[in-house]
Amino acid sequence: MNFQAIRAIYIFEMARTARTLMQSIASPVISTSLYFVVFGSAIGSRIQEVNGVGYGSFIVPGLIMLSLLTESIGNASFGIYLPKYTGTIYEILAAPVSMLEIVIGFVGAAATKSLILGLLMLATASLFVPIHIAHPFLMVLFLLLTCISFSLFGFLIGIWADSFEKLQIMPMLVITPLVFLGGSFYSIDMLPEFWRTVSLLNPVLYLVSGFRYSFYEIADVSVLTSLLTVSVFLAGCAFVLAYIAKTGYKLKD
Amino acid sequence: MQANHEKIILSVKNLSKTYANGFSALKNVNLEITEGEIVALLGPNGAGKTTLISIICGILNLSSGSVEVAGHDIVKDYKFTRSKIGIVPQELTVHEFETVWDTVKFGRGLYGKKPDNQYLEELLKSLSLWDKKDKKVMTLSGGMKRRVLITKALSHKPMILFLDEPTAGVDVELRKDMWEIVKKLRSNGVTIILTTHYIEEAEEIADRIGIMTNGELKLIEKKTTLMQKLGKKKLIIELKKPLKTIPAGLRKHNLEKSEDSMQLVYHYDTHKENKGVSAFFDDLKKLKIQYKDFSTKQSSLEEIFVQLIQEKA
Repeated sequence: MNFQAIRAIYIFEMARTARTLMQSIASPVISTSLYFVVFGSAIGSRIQEVNGVGYGSFIVPGLIMLSLLTESIGNASFGIYLPKYTGTIYEILAAPVSMLEIVIGFVGAAATKSLILGLLMLATASLFVPIHIAHPFLMVLFLLLTCISFSLFGFLIGIWADSFEKLQIMPMLVITPLVFLGGSFYSIDMLPEFWRTVSLLNPVLYLVSGFRYSFYEIADVSVLTSLLTVSVFLAGCAFVLAYIAKTGYKLKD
Repeated sequence: MQANHEKIILSVKNLSKTYANGFSALKNVNLEITEGEIVALLGPNGAGKTTLISIICGILNLSSGSVEVAGHDIVKDYKFTRSKIGIVPQELTVHEFETVWDTVKFGRGLYGKKPDNQYLEELLKSLSLWDKKDKKVMTLSGGMKRRVLITKALSHKPMILFLDEPTAGVDVELRKDMWEIVKKLRSNGVTIILTTHYIEEAEEIADRIGIMTNGELKLIEKKTTLMQKLGKKKLIIELKKPLKTIPAGLRKHNLEKSEDSMQLVYHYDTHKENKGVSAFFDDLKKLKIQYKDFSTKQSSLEEIFVQLIQEKA
């Protein structure tokens, strides 16, 4: 294992975050704070409790998930797309590094950034609404699994994309709607039967549900199903990555 | 295309590359390069020079054939082979927003080498970049960016250095600086393979010259052998009096007359046994054509290159 290369990629990527601190960390924290102000304090104060939890507190796990997913995908996809776009990818391809080492470096950095962001958002949320974490270990597990699996997914998008437009399509047109419709702001019990069934096809629902369970012990689906879903998603990404490593798809002809 | 020396550092066998769209960029290329050599690959755009280098370095996949670096296969033992290679790409592909120091350090790290600030400092100093180490790459001139790319390529102390058109678009002064850098690297035992459009570059620094066209390595020869084998010479006679026409007695020779009629130029092949030079001088004497001086001039590599491209097209 080329640990020096992993370290080099990781540090290089983290340095990019440090240079763009406002964009990487401050911006999502500020926008999430605005969500809490609008949904938690303004509108939330007029909404009844959901499953015994105040609405402002109820949406915290969903909002954190929303940011984690979009930021994990955004960070990792941009991390690998940028060297492809500028041409500096040549030095990674020509270096004695395996695809696994490249992934650990890039995805590790993207996941770290998302994790920091998630924890910052949690701290920010606690300033607005009361938060109770019933299962801290489970919460950290969900945080880690989500950061890693969606950073990996973002990495795949970055490899697939050959334009900035394509880079934006997946997070904007797929992930954001899935998160909004995945029970971030509501429990699916509040939906009519038909839409409740449709919602069960949304993989993000399982993430939000599992993550929320770690806070308030309330969930739309069982926590085991949630863990299984995110694990299957992670395995799917790893499978696609193995194909890319074998063929060099979109990385080298 | 085998080299005569002992230790083969790079061996390319029956290498072909066909892209998904069916374009055949390399056709059955065979090449051996020995340790410490400087080999220049010449050829027009699209000849396959960059494709060849890119495959050896791992940037492109090969379609068929094999490549060995220091006896190790570039596919099976890619970690070993890539660790021995450094590459300076044709384009100025640099991390514009990074500092020189950070980007060079990153380059070394990718090759699995522990940080060695002292070595990097020496390297940056030798390439006149030390005073720019804290500057962002985007603030440097094109020539300086090229030096950054060379520094990165050397940051892990490679055995083989590929320079893909290292002096494309740089001014004459910097080009000569680059040549000095290449010569210095060779004296440190680095094998260098460069592609270039500049014949004078190959002529100045290469030990062997390969000529590529249409994805094929047409030939690879020692520079001196190539010039001897294929080089034509001119014998220029400076006349005492102008000659209005070439006399009938001289027409059997391959002659040209200068515009001012004060020079006769005799062309001959250096590798021909009977060059006809003495017969030409005898005929000049017979016709009582007086001359004040004469000189000879070897064909330049550029002329040989053009000749080869035309012949093999």
